[in-house]
Amino acid sequence: MTRKIDNPVVSLVSRLISPFIMLYALYVIFHGHYSPGGGFQGGTMLAAAVLLLRLSVGSEISQLQFRKSWGTRLGAVGVLIYFSTGFLCLLLGGKFLDYKYLAKILPVSEVMARSWGILFVEIGVGVAVMGLLVSIYDDLLEGNPNA
Amino acid sequence: MEIQHLIAIFLISSGAFFLLIGSIGLIRFPDFFSRTHATGKADTLGVMLVIAGLIFTQGISVNSAKLLIIIVFVGITNPTATNALARAAFNFREVPWFKKDKLEENKKRKESA
Repeated sequence: MTRKIDNPVVSLVSRLISPFIMLYALYVIFHGHYSPGGGFQGGTMLAAAVLLLRLSVGSEISQLQFRKSWGTRLGAVGVLIYFSTGFLCLLLGGKFLDYKYLAKILPVSEVMARSWGILFVEIGVGVAVMGLLVSIYDDLLEGNPNA
Repeated sequence: MEIQHLIAIFLISSGAFFLLIGSIGLIRFPDFFSRTHATGKADTLGVMLVIAGLIFTQGISVNSAKLLIIIVFVGITNPTATNALARAAFNFREVPWFKKDKLEENKKRKESA
């Protein structure tokens, strides 16, 4: 598909909408244990906000917002957050992802420690999903001059 | 029955009416541009009216504020998507339908018959 004429309406509206999609994705991640949503859904919406700009203004310009090389690194960082939360519980005497043992290092009660543990895990899942979805899109378009 | 439920029933049924009109236009119109013309406007208005009716069933709460944000979102994005579709079709030399062509075709068909 050649990109002869850029559509100014689409690029303007997607630049306008994209930050609000990101804001709503953060709401979905951070409100995930009270309402429908969570890490995977929020991460998908973050990736959608990035991919909206990739599609509308082209891959070249949207590198300014999210670099091509960041995708895999963010995926690794997300998995690291998830695993280190689980492994920390293991080190503190519980089972893997047994959040209530996080109360030994966090200044909260055991019940609140479960909530915080779920939040950490969901942040990790969201970051990993966002980075990997964007990097899948970039890999599929690798070498396409009109992307 | 309260007045807000009456308003909600009116808004939701008028939104469903516009959605029906848009769907009939999608099926009945002859070419791509007139179909996007039918669905782009009528569906946007229909969805916005249905969600406005849902706001009136909810009353003033957090949920109705979320529904209001959805109305703004649909009102911005749906015409943009229609514009993108129509412009992409125009750039790829999709020919609009004219009644004159149809008449000429019919004349040729009659002459050949």
